[in-house]
Amino acid sequence: MVRFFKKAIHDIRENGFLNTITIVTIALSVLIVSAYFLFFKNASDILNAWQKGIRIMAYLEPGVAHGDLEALKQQISTLYGVQQVRFISKNDALAHLRQQMKRQASILGNLEENPLPDAFEIRMIPSSQRIDKVEILAAQVESLPGIDEVEYGQSWIARFQNVFSLFELVGYTMGGLFFMATVFIVANTIRLVLYSRREEVEIMRLVGATDRFIKTPFYIEGLILGALGGIIGLGVLFLIYLLVSSNMGQDLSAGFITIRFLTPITLLTILFTSAVVGWLGCYLSLKQFLSA
Amino acid sequence: MNGAGQNGIIRIFHVTKSYGSKHALVDLTLDIQKNEFVFITGPSGAGKTTLLKLLYIGETISEGQILIDGMNLVRIPRNRTALLRRKFGIIFQDYKLIPKKNVFENVALVLEAAGMKTRLLQKKVKSVLRTVGMEDRSLAYPPGLSGGEQQRIAVARAVVGDPLILLADEPTGSLDAESAEIVLDLIKRFHGRGGTVLIATHDKELIRKAGGRVIHLNRGCLIRDETK
Repeated sequence: MVRFFKKAIHDIRENGFLNTITIVTIALSVLIVSAYFLFFKNASDILNAWQKGIRIMAYLEPGVAHGDLEALKQQISTLYGVQQVRFISKNDALAHLRQQMKRQASILGNLEENPLPDAFEIRMIPSSQRIDKVEILAAQVESLPGIDEVEYGQSWIARFQNVFSLFELVGYTMGGLFFMATVFIVANTIRLVLYSRREEVEIMRLVGATDRFIKTPFYIEGLILGALGGIIGLGVLFLIYLLVSSNMGQDLSAGFITIRFLTPITLLTILFTSAVVGWLGCYLSLKQFLSA
Repeated sequence: MNGAGQNGIIRIFHVTKSYGSKHALVDLTLDIQKNEFVFITGPSGAGKTTLLKLLYIGETISEGQILIDGMNLVRIPRNRTALLRRKFGIIFQDYKLIPKKNVFENVALVLEAAGMKTRLLQKKVKSVLRTVGMEDRSLAYPPGLSGGEQQRIAVARAVVGDPLILLADEPTGSLDAESAEIVLDLIKRFHGRGGTVLIATHDKELIRKAGGRVIHLNRGCLIRDETK
């Protein structure tokens, strides 16, 4: 096996130009697909973080008796998926709003009466912090007597999830297409290398070399080229990530949103896949070349 | 039939090789014994090279059977072809050396393909290169060698694996008289160690110098089989 490995390294050096094309092709494919996956992963994390922060605001009808509030609160608490119910009086709501709008204090200064309603802030258990379950719970709360309106940021979350699902589909399709395209480009490049060495391969067969003896160095070569392409692609991606994340500053990294690079397991998986791409390209070329 | 015996190392039974409507060999039957020195001769197109190619499965038989040391070529599976070829050492008129490998590497290829360990391989290759007088050129590359030197390397490569049979297709065709003499001498040494030799040539002078059995072909047919 050491002999085969040495031969593979020697052959890679000997066909430098063609092999560089193969490595660059794989690197570009890895870069594009991994960049997409990185974006997707972080967007998914952000979406999950937002969903965890989801809470339902149930605004009460005007004139709900104070004595009925406790019963209503209890009723809401018994619904499936509810973790906590907190009553926010209209006065507390106005005070909170004044706090948030300090710089626009004049807007609220001229109010003759409090326009805000009493409300219940409803937090969900973790397993119910999904848009589909939130929708069901919101509908149940809205149907209760005394509840005027229910709000949970539904419009933008639903829109975001639709876009997100579309991204997911595009990502998988793109990944598949890039995989196939890269395999074929690698196969074609290897075919050129094989063609330039056809006489050598023929002589090897004449002196009694088995197909395994002929193929193994090429397979190792394919794995190495694939792995090198993967390393370069991921390396460039990491540099881009450092550039982008340092320029984004503190705004997004404060609070619960953090832009992360790919995990070690993901990196290894991508590297393994790129090595497989290199190998597969070799396999397809050799299969055709040696059967001719 | 001359040389016909029960234990022929090469046994050819009613072999025909056709390329479309053209017949390169027609109903050929031959037996070649172990340690024979045989020439296959005839004009161009007689079928000499085709016969050699059939023996090492460079071509497939259209009809008939060939047995090499008891192995039937018609029934041999594809994955055993390499093992069969190791029974042969082959010398070509155009040498067929790999230009990007040096002399040592060209000869060592046979032993590497057979899986020989490095230390033993190096010893054997050096020994063979010494025998053919090319030990001091072991790091040279074929394009930098003369025709005679390249053919000596080709002989070295052909014999280094201790094959049973040496096949040579016009081994002296491109060489001057002196180089041809050296190559013939090397082939005779292989024969002297017990190997079987089959040379395809139309060089009458070579046949005269070497002696041995001469099989005449013409248009794919066996014309005459002479044993001296």
